[in-house]
Amino acid sequence: MSAREAAAAGETGPLLRLEGICKRFVKRLDLAERLAARLGADVKEEVVHAVEDVDLAIEPGEVVGLVGESGCGKSTLGRVVAGIHAASAGRMTYRGKDITDAAGAEAKKSALKIQMIFQDPFASLNPRLKVAEIVGEAPLVHGIVPRAQLAGYVDEVLESVGLDPAYRRRYPHQFSGGQRQRIGIARALAVRPDFLVCDESVAALDVSIQAQVLNLFMDLRERLDLTYLFISHDLGVVEHLSDRVAIMYLGRLVEVAPTAALFAEGANHPYAQALLAEVPRIDSRRRVFKPVEGEIPSPLDPPPGCAFHPRCPHAFARCRAERPLLREVAPGRWSACHLNDQA
Amino acid sequence: MARVEVPLLRVEQLQTHFLTQAGVARAVDGVTFEVAPGEVLGLVGESGSGKSVTGFSILGLVDEPGRIVGGRVLFEGENLVAAGEARLRQLRGNRIAMIFQDPMMTLNPVLRIDTQMIEAVRAHRRVDRAEARRRARDALGRVGIPAPEERLSAYPHQFSGGMRQRVAIAIALLNEPRVIIADEPTTALDVTIQAQILYEMQKLCGETGTALIWITHDLAVVSGLADRVCVMYAGRIVESGPVDAVLDRPLHPYTAGLIGSVPSRNRRGARLAQIPGMTPSLFALPSGCAFRARCPNAGEDCAREAPPESVPEVGRTLRCYHPWQAERAS
Ligand SMILES: Nc1ncnc2c1ncn2[C@@H]1O[C@H](COP(=O)(O)OP(=O)(O)OP(=O)(O)O)[C@@H](O)[C@H]1O
Ligand SMILES: Nc1ncnc2c1ncn2[C@@H]1O[C@H](COP(=O)(O)OP(=O)(O)OP(=O)(O)O)[C@@H](O)[C@H]1O
Ligand code: SF4
Ligand SMILES: [Mg+2]
Ligand SMILES: [Mg+2]
Repeated sequence: MSAREAAAAGETGPLLRLEGICKRFVKRLDLAERLAARLGADVKEEVVHAVEDVDLAIEPGEVVGLVGESGCGKSTLGRVVAGIHAASAGRMTYRGKDITDAAGAEAKKSALKIQMIFQDPFASLNPRLKVAEIVGEAPLVHGIVPRAQLAGYVDEVLESVGLDPAYRRRYPHQFSGGQRQRIGIARALAVRPDFLVCDESVAALDVSIQAQVLNLFMDLRERLDLTYLFISHDLGVVEHLSDRVAIMYLGRLVEVAPTAALFAEGANHPYAQALLAEVPRIDSRRRVFKPVEGEIPSPLDPPPGCAFHPRCPHAFARCRAERPLLREVAPGRWSACHLNDQA
Repeated sequence: MARVEVPLLRVEQLQTHFLTQAGVARAVDGVTFEVAPGEVLGLVGESGSGKSVTGFSILGLVDEPGRIVGGRVLFEGENLVAAGEARLRQLRGNRIAMIFQDPMMTLNPVLRIDTQMIEAVRAHRRVDRAEARRRARDALGRVGIPAPEERLSAYPHQFSGGMRQRVAIAIALLNEPRVIIADEPTTALDVTIQAQILYEMQKLCGETGTALIWITHDLAVVSGLADRVCVMYAGRIVESGPVDAVLDRPLHPYTAGLIGSVPSRNRRGARLAQIPGMTPSLFALPSGCAFRARCPNAGEDCAREAPPESVPEVGRTLRCYHPWQAERAS
């Protein structure tokens, strides 16, 4: 029985469970600012509320698409899941074991199994290592392949992401943007993870190679029961690949829905509706693009009530005062909007 | 719709090669195109086909072991391939700006955003710091960065990936250049912010006549933004023409394959159509047409000589012996 069937039969819990996860970044005052503050100047520590109170459970073998506005906290949430950032608050379990404390024994065990493919390939590849070393290092260190078979293994992984193994002796700067992104994918796949956090992993690829990599992701899921948190701004890709979609706005989840229902019936949350309405299609020519209406709120100072109210066409008094909670509005569909109480 | 303006920028038979130990990589091999004032040219193509290197070449930013070995880049009639570094520095970021695919090529990780933006203004304009800072804040607001005043004092690592991309775009907008070369500038942006940026870009082209070269793999953006499009494969432009013509009636089999791979053209969850085979290594390009090994239309003649550029219709160019439409119609 595959993990997915087991999950469907209710025999295992979710692979990953997030409960009340928060991540805040504090910009501490430098010396001059501290002095100024002591003299009564109006300088305060700035706190970025990157991720606020996120609850999400991901089943084994599931693909969850994570979408939302630029800067809303998707990468930060991904980094928390991958153990790169420690959560400021909340609890995280993997296969039922607590991995909230990244230094804890369980977290260390899961660290290799949860791999992240980074949004920014250039910053995440060591410029002094050749491609073969970047991809081969971790599998060797962790004893996934013996040294004698390493070269062949690396070639295989490179080919699976559409890179010619002839390039194995090159350094990252000698590659094009899309080629670098694939090196990052190859590095993550080389350690045979169970769970992949893909952060805009196909964003820099032309559609044909993107198709190849997405097909690879789908194959791996079939073959190895890989589970994905798939961060992307490309709703076409998310629709194609995901079982469920989680939509984030200013650090919080505002809607979680099965993909088929979301795209067939439309979104429930007004932000999610706006997002779906803007999807560019290859058939729409020389469009007149519209600027964002209303003010884009800042995670330095999130608006009270519903964070979307300054831009929401339906906002009413309660939205400005009280924060809507994520509620189940239809089987498997969750949305955080006061309009759902008005019926 | 024929444009009568003189080209603002014309690239002629450009060749940029990398002379590496493993051999010569012909990253850009005979590229010709032009853009008129206010025009938006989309540059799409295979990953590794030479789009970014074309952009670098225009600005004289090709690093060793790369070299421009042939061709001309005419900006307002002046050949930039022959221009000295001092002249290029005058033009860069001022008359011609490039938004790099990797925003960290624009941003210095150890300097605050305001320092970098104020520098970028003052390198080319005689304005005081306060005025330069005001321009920087406006530019950040235009690309949809909330609380631009507070964010000015942050460092690049404190921004999200898409925010860094937007700062790089804002820097390119600072001096209202004549030509902007934008290399995958909106890859990390969600659709609402992307629409905001594209709106600003359209406004800029319409109001100030800035010409845009928009390098992207996102055919939906090209279709919504560009007037004309060039499709690159293995260092060459294999097809070019007005957006409607190229996207609705692609002639080159590679273009057709590219359009067929777009997820929204495929059934949800099904395997996506992909072009068979792999991008050829630049060191081992096949004889004849570089796309031959992956092409469903290829015939024996394709192996003999690289297809020359032809003009299948007014305003279109093509490098192919067996075009897509013609094959299907027959
Ligand atoms: N410093 C270098 N040394 C050797 N080859 C290089 C170097 N820089 C780039 N190349 C090669 O030149 C070719 C063109 O690269 P370029 O960055 O222009 O591709 P691109 O079309 O922008 O691709 P992408 O869509 O992936 O960004 C690539 O095959 C790349 O490997
Ligand atoms: N190291 C850091 N220090 C301070 N603030 C940070 C840091 N990393 C991220 N942030 C802030 O946290 C917020 C969320 O950033 P994050 O990178 O998670 O966004 P994102 O949703 O991935 O956006 P994008 O789609 O643009 O990549 C942003 O406001 C960003 O400025
Ligand atoms: S020239 Fe031949 S091989 Fe090349 S794209 Fe055309 S038909 Fe295919
Ligand atoms: Mg991100
Ligand atoms: Mg590129």
